[in-house]
Amino acid sequence: MTSLKVNINGVDFKNPVIAASGTFGFGEEYSEYFDVSRIGGISSKGLTINPKAGNEGRRLHEVTGGLINSIGLQNPGIDEFIELEIPKMRSLNTVILANMGGGTMDDYLAGASKLDKADVDIIELNISCPNVKSGGMAFGIKSCVAHEVVSEVRKVTKKPLMVKLSPNAEDIVEMAVKCREAGADSLSLVNTFKAMAIDINKRKPVFRNIFAGLSGACIKPMALRMTYEVAGAVDIPVIGMGGIMNAEDAIEFIMAGATAVQVGSANFVKPDIMLDIIDGMEAFMKREGIKSIDEIRGIARG
Amino acid sequence: MSSKYLKAKVASNEKIAEGIYRMVVEGDYSANPGQFYMLRAWGVEPFLSRPISIHGITDAGIEFLYEVRGTGTEIFSKLKAGDELELLGPVGNGFDLETIKGKVAVVVGGIGIAPMYEVMKHIKDSTVDFYAGFRDEVYSVDYMKEYADNVIISTESGSVGHKGYVVEQLDASKYDYILSCGPTPMMKVVKEMGEKVGTPVYVSLESHMACGVGACLGCTCNTKKGKERVCKEGPVFLGEDVSLDD
Ligand SMILES: Cc1cc2nc3c(=O)[nH]c(=O)nc-3n(C[C@H](O)[C@H](O)[C@H](O)COP(=O)(O)OP(=O)(O)OC[C@H]3O[C@@H](n4cnc5c(N)ncnc54)[C@H](O)[C@@H]3O)c2cc1C
Ligand SMILES: Cc1cc2nc3c(=O)[nH]c(=O)nc-3n(C[C@H](O)[C@H](O)[C@H](O)COP(=O)(O)O)c2cc1C
Ligand code: FES
Repeated sequence: MTSLKVNINGVDFKNPVIAASGTFGFGEEYSEYFDVSRIGGISSKGLTINPKAGNEGRRLHEVTGGLINSIGLQNPGIDEFIELEIPKMRSLNTVILANMGGGTMDDYLAGASKLDKADVDIIELNISCPNVKSGGMAFGIKSCVAHEVVSEVRKVTKKPLMVKLSPNAEDIVEMAVKCREAGADSLSLVNTFKAMAIDINKRKPVFRNIFAGLSGACIKPMALRMTYEVAGAVDIPVIGMGGIMNAEDAIEFIMAGATAVQVGSANFVKPDIMLDIIDGMEAFMKREGIKSIDEIRGIARG
Repeated sequence: MSSKYLKAKVASNEKIAEGIYRMVVEGDYSANPGQFYMLRAWGVEPFLSRPISIHGITDAGIEFLYEVRGTGTEIFSKLKAGDELELLGPVGNGFDLETIKGKVAVVVGGIGIAPMYEVMKHIKDSTVDFYAGFRDEVYSVDYMKEYADNVIISTESGSVGHKGYVVEQLDASKYDYILSCGPTPMMKVVKEMGEKVGTPVYVSLESHMACGVGACLGCTCNTKKGKERVCKEGPVFLGEDVSLDD
């Protein structure tokens, strides 16, 4: 029997394919199109302590092999998430990761305390959103700042704490090590790359904030490299993402050392693409006579 | 109305004017007039699917009317009978045709004509005046005549009908409801004309989209209730509820 099961920080996943934050809503939107319970887990839209309207102006721009987004963490706030979204997410029968962003240390602490008491399996601490001015990514650039926020959040929650890293960090390996020292139970990476686009007809940047976040197939080689580096530097589970479009991409991340993967922008290409990825991974394992995903984790590291 | 993700075959794809195509896709469809589909006829490049309105639903399948603007619509224009295409939908809200009755004006600019064929087909027990504005070449209007009591054409070049903008022909006070689709500046004028005389105006908006199903929050617009998703709460909004400023 081939098994795709994985365990991350004591939480059982039926397979290692998780919907990435911000690309899958709260899961309900896609449940019309396919059996969402088949995927390993769902990371919620990035949540903040207070509801957030997000950014003005254009929010999306397509590029070769991906897109740039400037959503700006639009979300209903943690209270509404707990009251209205968690029960619906639970009924989707898969693991729930609450992705949480923040503007200030106090926001992070207040949010984490609330989520600690909520019915979520894992808190994914987003210190890497490039689309909000105060905080967000600022916490994810310098590893000493990240260390501080992760250690403080660690004190207010007993839930598994996954910290989501930014590819824009000064030094992603040092960042990973510091987050681990500060008490992270697992790491996920990468968030979007800081990028931009210019509207040549209007002769100005496409986005109001000028810079926004790049994701999709075009970032995969860089995301894979970072996953490889980080998986070699820490002894906690690493969840890789960035441009995963098919089973082969997902297997590459596992072979680089990732325990599981997240799939984001690919959901826009085909709504049930995660099922193709799961089925494709299983088919590969069968073909190669691999019984458990543990057998290939990190195998490319030699 | 349940939405689906499906593959279907092109039945026909005809050029009906310069840069304007009408494509029929085989299958059995049902939707609310004013809804749309996310279409795709390629692998992973271009990355995103393209939102295209339902132009008409017939026994033969579903019709789309589109203008070639860039990479994606260019690919659509090259499709031939028998080629495959992926459809996600129907998505969006569509027009509330229970409410829209009486004396109705449908005001479109350019390719904004696309969703209105199916919409006009379903406006019952009403009189419908159809106002269409084009830059120069007029298309699809004969098609529309079937469901319109009056057809009023404007062209910016003056090649057909009134020379100038479509809104110059419109007296909003004559109508119980106005439905509009076209360039944002045009819809803005229509919305303001309606507001002045108290005639409700429904507008069908465009926005850049990634998921088309309400999950990515990329397509939002500003409304009285805050940010709403054009792909989910829209694309049809009551003019007075929505901001058409950039
Ligand atoms: C709800 C809805 C219904 C629509 N219905 C129709 C229709 O029936 N017929 C028709 O011809 N057009 C329609 N459009 C506009 C159509 O989606 C764009 O013209 C098309 O996406 C352009 O793609 P492209 O690859 O040819 O252009 P490119 O410029 O190469 O596209 C680049 C990117 O910009 C996006 N984009 C470009 N123009 C628009 C636009 N005006 N609105 C939203 N995104 C845009 C594309 O989707 C793509 O992501 C509709 C748009 C929306 C939102
Ligand atoms: C539209 C959009 C919204 C996103 N919102 C969030 C968010 O709220 N929180 C977060 O941690 N990451 C967010 N991300 C980043 C993704 O979760 C993921 O890290 C990134 O897109 C890279 O993966 P991909 O290439 O598979 O999309 C968002 C990405 C996109 C495209
Ligand atoms: S396109 Fe994703 S929410 Fe509308």
